[in-house]
Amino acid sequence: MALNITDIKRIAHLARLEINEQEAVATLTKLSGILGLIEQMQAVDTAGITPMSHSQDVVQRLREDEVTQINQREEFQKNAPAIGNGSNEPATQDGLYLVPQVIE
Amino acid sequence: MLAKKEVSSVEMTQTFLNRINQFNPSINAYVSLDEAKTLAQAKSADERITAGNTEPLTGIPFAQKDIFCAKGWRTSCGSKMLANFIAPYDAHVISQFDAAGAVNLGKTNMDEFAMGSSNETSHFGGVKNPWDFERVPGGSSGGSAAAVAARLCAAATGTDTGGSIRQPASLCGFTGLKPTYGLVSRYGMIAFASSLDQAGPMAKSAEDCAMMLNVMAGFDERDSTSLNRPKEDYTRGLENMQAAQPLKGLKIGLPKEYFADGLDVCVAKVVQDAIAEYRKLGAETVEISLPNTKLSIPVYYVLAPAEASSNLSRYDGVRYGHRAAEYNDLMDMYCKSRAEGFGAEVKRRILIGTYVLSAGYYDAYYLKAQKIRHLIADDFKQAFKKCDIIMGPTAPSTAFKAGEKADDPVAMYLQDVYTIATNLAGLPGMSIPAGFDKGLPVGLQLMGNYFDEARMLNVAHAYQQVTNWHTHMPQGIE
Repeated sequence: MALNITDIKRIAHLARLEINEQEAVATLTKLSGILGLIEQMQAVDTAGITPMSHSQDVVQRLREDEVTQINQREEFQKNAPAIGNGSNEPATQDGLYLVPQVIE
Repeated sequence: MLAKKEVSSVEMTQTFLNRINQFNPSINAYVSLDEAKTLAQAKSADERITAGNTEPLTGIPFAQKDIFCAKGWRTSCGSKMLANFIAPYDAHVISQFDAAGAVNLGKTNMDEFAMGSSNETSHFGGVKNPWDFERVPGGSSGGSAAAVAARLCAAATGTDTGGSIRQPASLCGFTGLKPTYGLVSRYGMIAFASSLDQAGPMAKSAEDCAMMLNVMAGFDERDSTSLNRPKEDYTRGLENMQAAQPLKGLKIGLPKEYFADGLDVCVAKVVQDAIAEYRKLGAETVEISLPNTKLSIPVYYVLAPAEASSNLSRYDGVRYGHRAAEYNDLMDMYCKSRAEGFGAEVKRRILIGTYVLSAGYYDAYYLKAQKIRHLIADDFKQAFKKCDIIMGPTAPSTAFKAGEKADDPVAMYLQDVYTIATNLAGLPGMSIPAGFDKGLPVGLQLMGNYFDEARMLNVAHAYQQVTNWHTHMPQGIE
């Protein structure tokens, strides 16, 4: 499964990672190496095998639909980043987080 | 463990803090320290001890891998992305240590987001292997490893997703244990690959690890993968290991694939000598086969990056973590914040993970890997019909030089060849010091069946009763 630069850029976009031309080229080489490693899987016959995601036979535990957490907004918002684009103010306002406008 | 009657927790803690001040600038094991907070905890521990309210770990100073959220402590996960993140809550592991009256010496260095086998991907720089400052301590729990080896703590915590407790234990000459998946709660433990991550103890001896596991293990409803099982005392049976031939009747399986190409001959010799010692203790060895061993690396490097790409999507610069200083719109803010906040290895793994999960490739890669994962787990199921415990090398070589493998991701990934399968199968694994090659530590790996930690610890302890590899200390840092 050979990759090219266009693939790298497409994947980077899906992963929301900015990548410049130079980085894309370097990444292409390294990723191709890793994909070569992964190709070894194709030689194995897995017909009829169930995929395994967990070693123990357990199911998702459920709990009562009750409020158990306390509101710690002020505490959590202490970790808010700076707004950026010239402002060092924390990106918070009225208990909300500030981001670039999304809806026109 | 530690004779605490003669010294107070404050005295012991201060001794470690002094050693940290002296040696950490060169070793770089710790990334966050807070002497005042640490000594306050020690003081509380002394008060508890005076009041007669002690537990085995009360007053003992531990290093905590910087992957565990600890309230009020900067918790960075070895990344620029979280370099300014002050955790507003305690991970389950941290609160367990707290409740036991243990002291937190500080947060240790690690490969970024636990992705690495040498601690070279950390935003805070590499860590020196206390046995040879030109070499790596292993990873991703490299800081905790160096702290234990250099006696900059009584013991430390680590996490193991593909070998990140066991491989550093092997490279730095101490005892490390990765429990059965689900035994230790992952609440508050920054997620890398959720179906593989497990926290565990890193200490001088199996006995110390057993005491730590007693504190770390146990059901926690806040972790949906935490298993609800009756509480166990992992130190049980240790006292029986003093007897002559304490392991009579124990069948040790030796996987032929773990003693083939790729294993350094000198490391193989040390491991074989350790196994010979086990025969003297009364155990019987039997050759077994884990035929899908080689496939564990490609399978892991599909599943772990896939899960990582999902887990790391939360780092978007919106509510916490790094946000780019300049950006045009929301998409740009995401892309720049993440590109700036993550290091190269993390970005590589996110890209691989994104690729293998993307439309058109999911079946060929992710699903295929999950199926082979099942085959790997089945290999162990079959093996455990013929033996009680499996042994082999932990790592294919001793500690390599810093920079030696940093340019070749695949060479780095091959370091994990013997440890990865246990994570994929969810089984418990340990590494114990078995000797040295040219002055560098060599580890013996033990792999047990599900929930067999107590037996594994007994088996390790038996060896540590008749050998003293685990008491050796590097020169020059006394």
